[in-house]
Amino acid sequence: MSALAHRASGLGHGVETVGAWLLGALWILPLAYAVWTAFHGGEFSTHFVPSAPLTLENFAKAWAAAPFARYFVNTIALCAMILAAQLVLCTLAGYAFARFAFPGRNTLFALVLVQLMIMPDVLIVENYRTMGLLGLKDTIVAIGLPYMASAFGIFLLRQTFKTVPKELDEAARVEGCTPLQVLWKVYVPLARPVYVAYALVSVSYHWNNFLWPLIITNSVESRPLTVGLQVFSATDQGIDWSIITAATLLTTAPLLVAFLLFQRQFVQSFMRAGIK
Amino acid sequence: MKRNPFGRWIVGVVAAALSALALAQTPVEISFYYPVAVGGPITKIVDGLAADFEKENPGVKVKPIYSGAYQDSLTKALTAVKSNDAPTMSVLLSTDMYTLIDEDAVIPFDAFIKTPEDQAWVKGFYPAFMENSQTGGKIWGIPFQRSTIVLYWNKEMFRDAGLDPNKAPASWKEMLEYAQKLTKRDGSGKVTQWGVQIPSTGFPYWLFQALTTENGVQLMNSAGTETYFDKPEVVEALQYWVDLSTKYKVHPEGIVDWGTTPKDFFERKMAMMWTTTGNLTNVRNNAKFDFGVAMLPANKRRGSPTGGGNFYLFKQAKPEQQAAAMKFIKWVTSPARAAQWGIDTGYVAVRPDAWETPAMKKYVADFPAAAVARDQLQYAMAELSTHDGPRVTKALNDGLQAALTGAKPSAQAMADAQHEADRLLRPYRK
Amino acid sequence: MTRTTQWLYGWLLLLPAVALLALFTHYPTLGTLWHSFYSTPRGARPAAFVGLDNYRQLVDDPIFWQALANNLWYAAGTIPLSIALAVAMAAWVNGRIAGRGLLRLAYFTPTMLPMIAVANIWLFFYTPEYGLLEKLTGALGLPAHNWLGSRSTALPALMAVTVWKEAGLFMIFYLAALQQMSPHLAEAAAIEGASRWYFFRRVTFPLLMPTTLFVLVNAVINAFRLVDHIVVMTRGGPDNATALLLYYIYEIGFRFWDPAYAAALTMVLLALLGCAALIQFWFLERRVHYQ
Repeated sequence: MSALAHRASGLGHGVETVGAWLLGALWILPLAYAVWTAFHGGEFSTHFVPSAPLTLENFAKAWAAAPFARYFVNTIALCAMILAAQLVLCTLAGYAFARFAFPGRNTLFALVLVQLMIMPDVLIVENYRTMGLLGLKDTIVAIGLPYMASAFGIFLLRQTFKTVPKELDEAARVEGCTPLQVLWKVYVPLARPVYVAYALVSVSYHWNNFLWPLIITNSVESRPLTVGLQVFSATDQGIDWSIITAATLLTTAPLLVAFLLFQRQFVQSFMRAGIK
Repeated sequence: MKRNPFGRWIVGVVAAALSALALAQTPVEISFYYPVAVGGPITKIVDGLAADFEKENPGVKVKPIYSGAYQDSLTKALTAVKSNDAPTMSVLLSTDMYTLIDEDAVIPFDAFIKTPEDQAWVKGFYPAFMENSQTGGKIWGIPFQRSTIVLYWNKEMFRDAGLDPNKAPASWKEMLEYAQKLTKRDGSGKVTQWGVQIPSTGFPYWLFQALTTENGVQLMNSAGTETYFDKPEVVEALQYWVDLSTKYKVHPEGIVDWGTTPKDFFERKMAMMWTTTGNLTNVRNNAKFDFGVAMLPANKRRGSPTGGGNFYLFKQAKPEQQAAAMKFIKWVTSPARAAQWGIDTGYVAVRPDAWETPAMKKYVADFPAAAVARDQLQYAMAELSTHDGPRVTKALNDGLQAALTGAKPSAQAMADAQHEADRLLRPYRK
Repeated sequence: MTRTTQWLYGWLLLLPAVALLALFTHYPTLGTLWHSFYSTPRGARPAAFVGLDNYRQLVDDPIFWQALANNLWYAAGTIPLSIALAVAMAAWVNGRIAGRGLLRLAYFTPTMLPMIAVANIWLFFYTPEYGLLEKLTGALGLPAHNWLGSRSTALPALMAVTVWKEAGLFMIFYLAALQQMSPHLAEAAAIEGASRWYFFRRVTFPLLMPTTLFVLVNAVINAFRLVDHIVVMTRGGPDNATALLLYYIYEIGFRFWDPAYAAALTMVLLALLGCAALIQFWFLERRVHYQ
């Protein structure tokens, strides 16, 4: 390349770097502001004084003001339950779609994919009615049930299982394995990276889910963190931003910390989920 | 040989006595949802009340459940009712009465008010508060955290503007004049200090009702089946509010948030604010300047709607729970307790005899601002309350917000709101 | 394995998943349609068949039309912007920019936060007078503004929140696609003397089409599904300026307890989602370029 083009690209590169960094700063600003406010006293929530003393008081107050411990327990139980169910159900269904021929397979698969577009979130009115009929209102199970059969999971695993070489399948069959044993011994181990990816995506989604849990839960015993945070920060009270930002950070901390520590895995998971 | 049957008999009697005792010990559990609409450590105070009652009444366990804002609390209570999991009682807006009756969720208190003692107790509440608590000759709500709107003003700012710091505006005209003197702008024309602020989120209809009451007009009939949003006096009141921000520019433009208004006051962003007396303790603790509290200014008359929450008794509660709940309600609205609640929060103590208790007398002597809301009760009117309440008030709220943001002229906004309210209330006019 | 065994295994393996899916996706869709033809039971009055009454009410309801318009504007405002930003972010993070690890972190972190938390933070950000945004605009000499309290800026303010949250997620998908692209292409283009912009327009972007389709589907679904921030920040106000369809459905169904009307509204939403799905798959299928 000519020297001129080289210099021009150098300048262009510089401008791009500045642009990228500006956007990055802009992107992290709201969160940084929230973190700053949470760690400083109430008086400083509206006056930015760089030398203000750090304090954990807001977190203590927030923790005492609402049963966050119980909310944590509920949310962990919820995500664990949903993930466990999803892994089992989607593995079985994905296996069926990938390796078995039966009439109506394609129609059924198309019907499954409908859930990608029409998620349980938009069917709140009717699902609420169903939960009432099942007698499950205001339970953690009720929050998770509509999501346990995940079209995304089924799709992902079907694609993954399809890439497993048929020879391995046949080899295992020759050794006398039943189809379920083949699934457990051959397919599942090979799909491990996909399982990890899916788990991370699923937990992120359900940790952060709000509208359906808001509607279906009514008491502290079943309420997850997102709903607990909203009840706590309902703005009819005199707003104390330091405490609200502290509470907000409390509820997002586990996921954030996990993300910061396992950044690479999270990013890879979402990437892998997208590629499929 | 002879001792054995006697011994067995003794054991039997003791066992029977113990199990009877155990049964009697099984505590009756009563629960209630309650909202918080004012600043301060309210949840702590309520938990304290529950603990105190339990100490005095060992057979009862009280479980207060904080349920967010008033609107959310109603939603939660109704959701629980529909899932057959209703609480024993709840503190909900006095105006939710019709909705709760229509949803068959609550029972009237009359069945529990038999003895002359009880009759005296129920007659001992301020009539202004009982207006939103009765219909069809029955009592559906017992006043608990009630309020009126009052005007808070920053005395320092008054002094700086050349106004008498101890005199609040007594009329709409005066309030406008004061506000014009109190609005300050910086070099570039940007306002650094507003004259007056009247919030318009959450429940704008409530603050609007103060303006309409002062203009001498009612917004609904006592049966809750008709509304009068398009009366000329109502439109006039709305126009006054709109003009404050658009014509005279002494009031922030657009929609002003309810939750941040007290904080704005502490931050010296405005000189006068209209908000509930329930914020009194909050303001007292956080305003770092001398402030005053006054009745709202008059136009044709003084006035304010009453506001706040009543205790409701739920139909699904078992008889022993209802009895225990009645005990709790009577206990918490006894003069001494009602007085303490008022002192701790700033809500108006709901009975005249509460104001005569030594604790309250001392408090008022120390802090006369506390008595303003009570004195305003003589000018108070019932809060807007109709069938299908949430939806009708939404129609009015939308109209108010449309006018305040300039999307519709006042007359149009109120006409549309009235049209919608008529549509919603038609099925109830039999 | 015999054919019958295949069928048996196939169906049995599928049964649990399909049962749940049917119960919570397909059945409710039909149930919503069914219930939209009945009235809401109130107290003593049971539900009655009313035919198209709920739909007539819908057509006459100005708030419904407002919510629909809002949702369409909202989708138009957030989707292209977040996709464009996502592509830019992915290109930067994939390139040779200094500190790109940190940049990637900065861009992706908002995605990990729940929308409720994001809404609280931005509510604080937007507070008039002493919110951070007001302070910044004040420092720049711009006039004060009540972002969430004014009809003209409330919805754009919410759009900004959504873009902030979503762009990072889409960036990841584009990043995956970019990393799969063969570096030989870039080298060949450089040798031929093509400018970076030309290369991007003619080579990179078409190759990203499958990803764009995937991202677009996600973005459209989210534009209709994610209303958490409205619950916290504006509750649909001022005067329904920020009412979105799903939020209105929530209000009607769970605040005003009118499930029949909510069902009719839900049908509109489902129809919209269905149309969006058809359009996307038909239209973009034709233009997608597979390597």
